[in-house]
Parts: sequence; structure tokens; C-alpha cells
Amino acid sequence: MRPPFASPLLRDAVLVAGIAGVLAFPFVGLLLTTQGTAPTLSTRFPEFAGAVVLIFFGRLGISAARRGHSLFPIVLGIAMATVGAFSLLFETTGMAADSAAPWHAFVPGTFLATVASAGGVAIAVVAGRNHLLRDSVPVAQKPLPMKQLLLWTGIALAGVAIVLPLLPAVDRRLIDVATLVLTYVMLGWGLNIVVGLAGLLDLGYVAFYAVGAYSYALLSVTFGWSFWVCLPLAGALAALFGILLGFPVLRLRGDYLAIVTLGFGEMIRIILLNWYDFTNGPDGISNIGRPSFFGFQFAAKPAEGTESFHTLFGIAYDPVHRLIFLYYLILALALLTNAFTLRIRRLPVGRAWEALREDEIACRSLGVNPRNTKLSAFAIGAMFAGFAGSFFATRQGFVSPESFTFIESAILVAIVVLGGMGSQIGVAVAAIILVGLPEYFRELQEYRMLAFGMGMVLIMLWRPGGLLTHREPTIRTRPQPASA
Amino acid sequence: MGHGDGRAHFYVMDYFAQQFINGISLGAIYGLIAIGYTMVYGIIGMINFAHGEIYMIGAFIALMVMVAFGIGEGGLVIVALLSALLVSMALTSLYGWVLERVAYRPLRGSQRLAALISAIGMSIALQNYVQLTQGARVKTLPPIIQGGFEFQFGDTDFIVRLSALQIMIVLVTIALMAVFALLIARTALGRAQRACQQDQSMAALLGVNVDRTISLTFVMGAALASVAGLMVTLYYGVIDFFVGFIAGIKAFTAAVLGGIGSIPGAMLGGLLIGFTEAMWSGYFSIEYKDVATFSILVIVLIFLPTGILGTPEVEKV
Repeated sequence: MRPPFASPLLRDAVLVAGIAGVLAFPFVGLLLTTQGTAPTLSTRFPEFAGAVVLIFFGRLGISAARRGHSLFPIVLGIAMATVGAFSLLFETTGMAADSAAPWHAFVPGTFLATVASAGGVAIAVVAGRNHLLRDSVPVAQKPLPMKQLLLWTGIALAGVAIVLPLLPAVDRRLIDVATLVLTYVMLGWGLNIVVGLAGLLDLGYVAFYAVGAYSYALLSVTFGWSFWVCLPLAGALAALFGILLGFPVLRLRGDYLAIVTLGFGEMIRIILLNWYDFTNGPDGISNIGRPSFFGFQFAAKPAEGTESFHTLFGIAYDPVHRLIFLYYLILALALLTNAFTLRIRRLPVGRAWEALREDEIACRSLGVNPRNTKLSAFAIGAMFAGFAGSFFATRQGFVSPESFTFIESAILVAIVVLGGMGSQIGVAVAAIILVGLPEYFRELQEYRMLAFGMGMVLIMLWRPGGLLTHREPTIRTRPQPASA
Repeated sequence: MGHGDGRAHFYVMDYFAQQFINGISLGAIYGLIAIGYTMVYGIIGMINFAHGEIYMIGAFIALMVMVAFGIGEGGLVIVALLSALLVSMALTSLYGWVLERVAYRPLRGSQRLAALISAIGMSIALQNYVQLTQGARVKTLPPIIQGGFEFQFGDTDFIVRLSALQIMIVLVTIALMAVFALLIARTALGRAQRACQQDQSMAALLGVNVDRTISLTFVMGAALASVAGLMVTLYYGVIDFFVGFIAGIKAFTAAVLGGIGSIPGAMLGGLLIGFTEAMWSGYFSIEYKDVATFSILVIVLIFLPTGILGTPEVEKV
């Protein structure tokens, strides 16, 4: 008897590999280069063949595992992983460089080998799990008390964030990455006010981040004002920009608003790039004042007549002190944003935002002024972006228009939507996944953005409502029964 | 200007005519890309953010085919161009079809932003896919179609150039638009598309294959974008993996400007954007041409919130 799975699965895998082959042929199989002014075309058939074979077996394994087969996908997965691992070994030990060796033509590139081994392991694990779970009777699970769970997750995350720099295993690099992630968490929380609470899709949020960063940079370089003076000013300027930009366009709806905000984001970047006298154009602004510990500098040798952080506490100078201080600074700013959001949701204006998101017409008929309500969300969101921007400027000591491209806005919207639109913890988790992981794997620089884009698509396909979709109404007219 | 008062008038005319010609050719290209945005938005109400990348892929494939035909070494220009057109349209359409199947169809019916995020993810992934496989450096193509007409109005020394390529771009665009308008107005597919645009569930009840119609919408949008890609490659002679982003944003702006969902509107919006860009670069500053484009968009949307040819949305409670 023919094995029942063979025919449809094989046909499916051949089809998928065939389509992928046609699609990939021009880009993977061919290479365009320019010699002088003449374009030339060269071929890369081994890589192309390797990719198609990999897609064929990968698809075969995935669909077999999905249909509940276990033995075949496990064997296939292990085989793929083994071949991939051996290829990687050849690659790294330099044996593949010996082009006379007979196996040379069969060794795929590092990328394919990595994908093969990782994919093989994943297929085998999924199939193995299916096999183990096959005979178990599904137990009627009690629904998890989501609210409690989220609360405790939040407290645990905050706890880890607070003690993180003090842990012995933590190095400078991890603190750097964590600081970056926290910047995005803060921006995500700020954008969450606009997108998650008020339901206004803003694709140009990075503009306010840029306004905050440049405000601090210019004030600090021109007047020498300190970070603590400039921080509220930067926030206020960004909020002002939010009102100025929001005023004409906030009556637009949905996607129109999205494209206009995207346009504003690009406009601000173009102006920063071209207004050379004011912003120093593409060269950016450098030598921006570093933050001080309430007036005490982080310097090995403090200036005449001032005291430095390490002399204040009588400890040895260590450059990591400044990093840890920056980390706590952004942590405090982010937690401030969070606390603000949680509180304002309970105020009339916060409730008006959420009501406006759900139904604008109903709101208007109940006497909520949609324009002012939206404008307040826009301005407050912008203000937090301004804070984060001035933190960015002081951390880097340098700003240039390059840091404020559309991709940053896209990442931030992705963080809010992946986090589950309005869920504060979801935003934090999404920021860790989308920013922290790629940043930590910076060695894979080339593949980082490819993986980032694919990751966005895959997470959306896996959980279309966001990672933490649970959304409690902030207000209930009648208390819930205790048993629920 | 320095030509004396008597001749300055002609100089102004000539310069305007030149910018007008440039604007029309650029606008035709934006219009072709904008149709893809507007059709998809009309039928499933989402911004296909990766459409700019589809256009970029079309440009790359067209360039590869032309190079394979030995362009620049006196190859058969017409054959090379036609093959580039056909191969690029076919492969790019397949990209459009797969894009919808893989990234958008599973998300149909979930929250509206999910599909947008998936589209942004696809856009980033496709850009980096091309950058990884083909490198980040620009690809160049020496000019293939040369010749054209030169005009001189009055006795100025300013020569207005209307290249053969510009004429070709406008003619191809007009031809495609005509075919396309017929397709929408006369064929069963066009009827199905208009039906789905109005009411998907009703169309499905009346026997329209909604999935197939949406797939074909993506295929057609991608095919038009690939033609735009081919023409841009010929026009500018330079492409890289990033060309899709800014062209995509401008084309989407064009679609919104013309009234999203309306195909003549997309063309009109494209022409307006191309025109604004050419005029602004010609008379003010080339650095701020994108700012001008977006300002036009904002102004139009404030006074005509549904675009120039869009139908006003009726809100029902």
C-alpha cells in the first residue's frame, strides 16, 4: 500500500519549490554587477539549486508535521539539520575554500546552511511535540486569569529591569542594548497613547522624536544648557509640533491620516537634512552635552572647581557608571510614561480617547469634541517622543537626520500593533523581541533586517490580534462577579 | 536670465515647456504605480505597503533581461525591450500573487492594522532580500533609446528637448490605461472587481469568486508596476534596492490625491504629483521637492478630504 501522505504532500512541496524557484531565480541565480558603466550579468546556479532544494524539503517537512505525521518529519528535520551543520563546519574550517575538493560544488553558503540547520531542528521539534501530544487527552483547562497574569508579568519585568545593571553576569554591551530597548519601550508607550488609546494611526511618530533630539542638541550646543533644563523644553516643543501638525489633519480618517503623518515625518527629516545653517544638514550636530548626575559630571578628571560622580561617592572611576546612569534615566522616563498612561486612562480625557477609538459618531453625539480630544492625544504622545528624543541626543552625543527615517516609525507602529494595541506589557514584550533580539545579534548585520521584516509578517500571521490581545475595558458600569 | 527684457518672455515659456514635458513623463510613471495602490485599496481597503517593492523588483528583472540580451553592445534593442517587458511583467505578477497569498490573505478579516503591519514587514523583507542577493550598489544602464525632438521658441538659445523615450513613456502609459479601462468596464473580471469593491459578501453570494478576483487585482497592479519599473530604468538609467520606497510613497500620495479607489483618479494624481515635482525642482529647489509633494497632499486633503475624484464616504450609524 502506498503511504497515505506521500502523494498530496509531495505535489504540494514540488509546487511550492517550483514557484519559489521561479521567483528566486533572477535574484538568487543571477547577479547584476556594474563594470565601469556597463552592466554585466553572472550566474550563481549552485546557490540557486541549494535554495530550491532547501525550500522543497523544508515545505515537505512543515506540511508533514502540520498534518500530524511524526516519524517522517523528525527524520527529515534531523537530516536537514545534520547536512546544514556539516556545511557550516566546512565553511568555518575553511575546507570549502579548497575548490579542488570534490564536495566543493555541494557545499551551500553560510546563509543556506544556517537556515537548513535551524529549520531542520524546528521541524523535528514540532513533529516530536506532535508525537508526544498525540495520545494525551486534551484536559479541560481553566481559563487563565489574564488580568492577574498580566499584572504579575508586568511587576516581574519591572523588577528585572530595575536590578538588571547590578547583576554580575551583565556586561556593558547588554546594558547598551537594554538602554536602547527601553528607549523603544518608552517611544512605544508614547505612541500607544496615539495609536492604541485614541486609535489614530500615526506613521510619522519619529518626527516628534527628531524634534526632541534636535531641540536638546541645539539648546545644549548653542546655550550650553544642561539636560535637566532642556528635557521639559524638548517635550514642550515636541508637543507644540504635535499640535501644529495635528491641527489641520486630525479630522482626516484612518489611512488618510496615516499617509499624511508619514508625509510630515519625511518632511521634517528633509528639512533637517537641507536647512544647513540651522541643523548642520547631513553632518549632524556633535559634542552635545552629556547628562550629569544632578550636576556631578561623569568624567575621569572633573573640570576645575567641580566634583565628579566618582569622587562624590568616593569610588574609583569607571566609564560604566555613565552607562548605568543612562540606563536608569531611560528606565525612569519609560516608567513615568507608563504611569502617566495608566492614570490618564481613568480620567475623563483618557476615557474620551478610548471612546473615540471605538465610535467617533457616538462620541460626537454625546458631546465629546473629537478634534480637541484627538489633539490632546497627539500632543501628549508627541511630548513623550520629545523626552525620548532628548534622551537619545544626550546618550549618543550626536544627532543627524539619518537616525529619524521612516523605518523607525514603522518599527514603532509595529511594536504597538504586535504588542496588542493598547496593552502596555505587550508593547514592552514586542520591543524586546523586535529591537532587543536583532540588536543583540548585530554580527548577523546583513541578515538582520531581512529577518526583522519576515518576523513582523510571521508574528502577524501567527497572532493577528497582537501578542497580548487581552484588553479589559477600563470602566465597567457593573462590577464583575467575583467568580469570573 | 540675462537675455534682455524682450526675450525673457520666451525664455520663461521655453523653460516652462521643458518642465511640463518632464513632469508629464514622471507623472505617467507615478500614475502606473498608483493604480496598483488604488485598486487594492478599493477592493480590500488596505494600504499595500509592499507595492513600491514590487515596482523595484520589476525594475530589477527588466534590467536583468535587457543585460542578458546584451544591451549596450548593439543587440537587438526592440527584441530586448519587448522581452524585458514580458518577462518582467510575468515574474513581477507572480511576486504580487504570492505576496497576497502569503502575507495578506490569511489576515483578511482580522483587525485592519494587522494587514498593514504585515505589508510593512514584507516591504522591509523584500528590500533587504534584494540588497542581500544583488548588493547595495546602484545598477546602471547606459541610455538605449536615443533621439527625439528639439524645439526652439522665438530667438532664445534655450532648447526644449522632448526625447523619444519620453514620448514612449507617455504612449505606453496611455495604451495601458486604455486596455485597463476596457478590462474594468467590459470584461467579466472587471465586473467581478467592481462588484467586490462594492460589497464582497453580496458578490460572493452571487457567484463571484472573491479570492480569485482579489488575487487578480494584485497581479494586475504588479504588472503595471513592473512596466513603470522598466520605464524608470530606461529613463534614469540607475536603480538600486531602495528605489521602491520613495516611489511607492509618492505613488500612494498620488492615489490618495486622486481619490483612493478611483482608477482615473490615480492617473490624475500621478500626473499632478509628477507635475508638482518637476515644477518645484525647476523653479524653487530640488532638495525640497518631496516637501512640496506632501504639502500639496495635505492641502488637497484638508479641502477635499476624499481626494479629487473620490466619492464622499457616507457614514451610516
